[in-house]
Amino acid sequence: MRARPRISSVLFFAAIAAYVFIVLGILLTVVLDSLSKGWYSGILPPYLTTEWYKYAANDHDIPSLLSVTFTVVIADVLVALLIAFPAAYVLARQDFKGKGIVLSLLLLPMIVPPMTYGIPLAMLCYIFHLASKVSGVILVNLVPIVPFMVLVLMPFIEQVGANLESAAKMLGASRWTIFRRILVPLTLPGILTAGILSLVRAISMFDLTYLVAGGKSQTIVVALYADAYAAGARPPQAVDALAVIYFLIAMVCLIIALRFVSPTQMVFKLK
Amino acid sequence: MRSEASKGGAFTLLLPALLFIALLFLYPFGYGLFLSLTTAKGQPTLANYARFFGDARDLRTVWVTLQIAVPITLINVALAVPFAYYMRRGMRGERAITFFLIVPITLGTVLVSEGMLTFMGPAGWLNQLLMALRVVKEPYRFTHNYLGVVISLGIQGFPYAFLMLLGYVSGINPDLEKASQILGANRWQTFWKILFPLMVPGIAISFCLNFVMAFSVFPSAVLLGQPSGPTRVIAIAAYQWAFEKFNFNAASAISMMMAAIELIVISFVLAWRSKMYKGASMVGKG
Repeated sequence: MRARPRISSVLFFAAIAAYVFIVLGILLTVVLDSLSKGWYSGILPPYLTTEWYKYAANDHDIPSLLSVTFTVVIADVLVALLIAFPAAYVLARQDFKGKGIVLSLLLLPMIVPPMTYGIPLAMLCYIFHLASKVSGVILVNLVPIVPFMVLVLMPFIEQVGANLESAAKMLGASRWTIFRRILVPLTLPGILTAGILSLVRAISMFDLTYLVAGGKSQTIVVALYADAYAAGARPPQAVDALAVIYFLIAMVCLIIALRFVSPTQMVFKLK
Repeated sequence: MRSEASKGGAFTLLLPALLFIALLFLYPFGYGLFLSLTTAKGQPTLANYARFFGDARDLRTVWVTLQIAVPITLINVALAVPFAYYMRRGMRGERAITFFLIVPITLGTVLVSEGMLTFMGPAGWLNQLLMALRVVKEPYRFTHNYLGVVISLGIQGFPYAFLMLLGYVSGINPDLEKASQILGANRWQTFWKILFPLMVPGIAISFCLNFVMAFSVFPSAVLLGQPSGPTRVIAIAAYQWAFEKFNFNAASAISMMMAAIELIVISFVLAWRSKMYKGASMVGKG
């Protein structure tokens, strides 16, 4: 009986160690490769250089990539909050006919493959002259973010007792006052969590952005994919340099995010 | 709360979300369905679907995608169950472990694929290690093939399944386990008779979401696989028809097939779930 947990813990930690080795290996080789020259064999590169970053900076309009990326991510989070919060409030508080239908409609974009609605959505963006524009990229990326936000917000709103609102209403507070003085302060942790989690997700969202973005509306992840796809058009180290820039942004956001949320919240729990 | 006025209020509050789903999801979806059933000039036709079923190269993508998506989803979930079980009551270093699990999810497919090309390439650290340990004599090919795509889906899919299941397992009331042991069940019996049935909803949902992710694999199938043949997945076929051949009708038919196949698989899983769940009516503490 006593030997069994030991074997299982050895297996557990061996597997975790292997996983961490792969993740760290992937990240460290990207970073080292972007700083290396003539690294064809051996554990470490023979020379270190920063020239690939200069190459990447000449190759791409990096300030534009960064500003587009942050514009898209921040705009998506704010717009999604405005759409998701009222919906999450109603879904958390009230029972009404068709609630199940509304909820499953909202969750449907999570189950349908992005290509399925992404291709006609991209086509519609072309028709309405939104393609290759930052506004188009913001619009399409709302589709996966809003349902996610509703799911994250609902439990937080459920936690706030409805009687506080009734009490405020009896004391003559208007809807707006209740919203501003009771609902927002009490659900602030939820709003923060939903915002941060969506922000971290939005940075790496690729599929839909790729279908709509082009030219001046490229986000950094789309530029990175295009570079990696056209391997041979530029040295692999230069692609890695762009990858490191993207990696740093995503990691800074993740580390800031983890001060407010726990990693398990990154994946939601469905009922 | 249940006055007529608040019902109207509820609808007003739901309105932005309903408009959002109608305009950005249902409308494009319906438009895609319409495109798939019409010619470029808008005449109704089934030719787009007929073309798909008649084109061996495109039809093969269904099989190719399933061959990638089904095994790796099963592996991810099958691995996640014991790991989540092991960590159900928390442990030392849990935060560090979950941090490393969340990193590949945060970084996204493109960076993971790009990094795998170097790390798992012929001169990469992984092959150097395997050769130093004398596991292989020559560098093993991990990338630009089926294996590369599957590994990338594992690196991202496993943490997803694991963290999701962890949420379910740690929510099960520990008293149930204690009670089962007091009644004389051993660990094995406790797991299969008590915990596993309670985990089934979580397993079903993490399987579905993992499968959705794997089945719509796109960037890593291009970067890490052989997109011209062995890993030409269905998403690549749809993309090529839309953005390389500019035939949105044919592309929409393929993407509708993609959704149909996925929904079939998901409904099988949910049917399994409802069959299993009847056995255990006890609900764990949430």
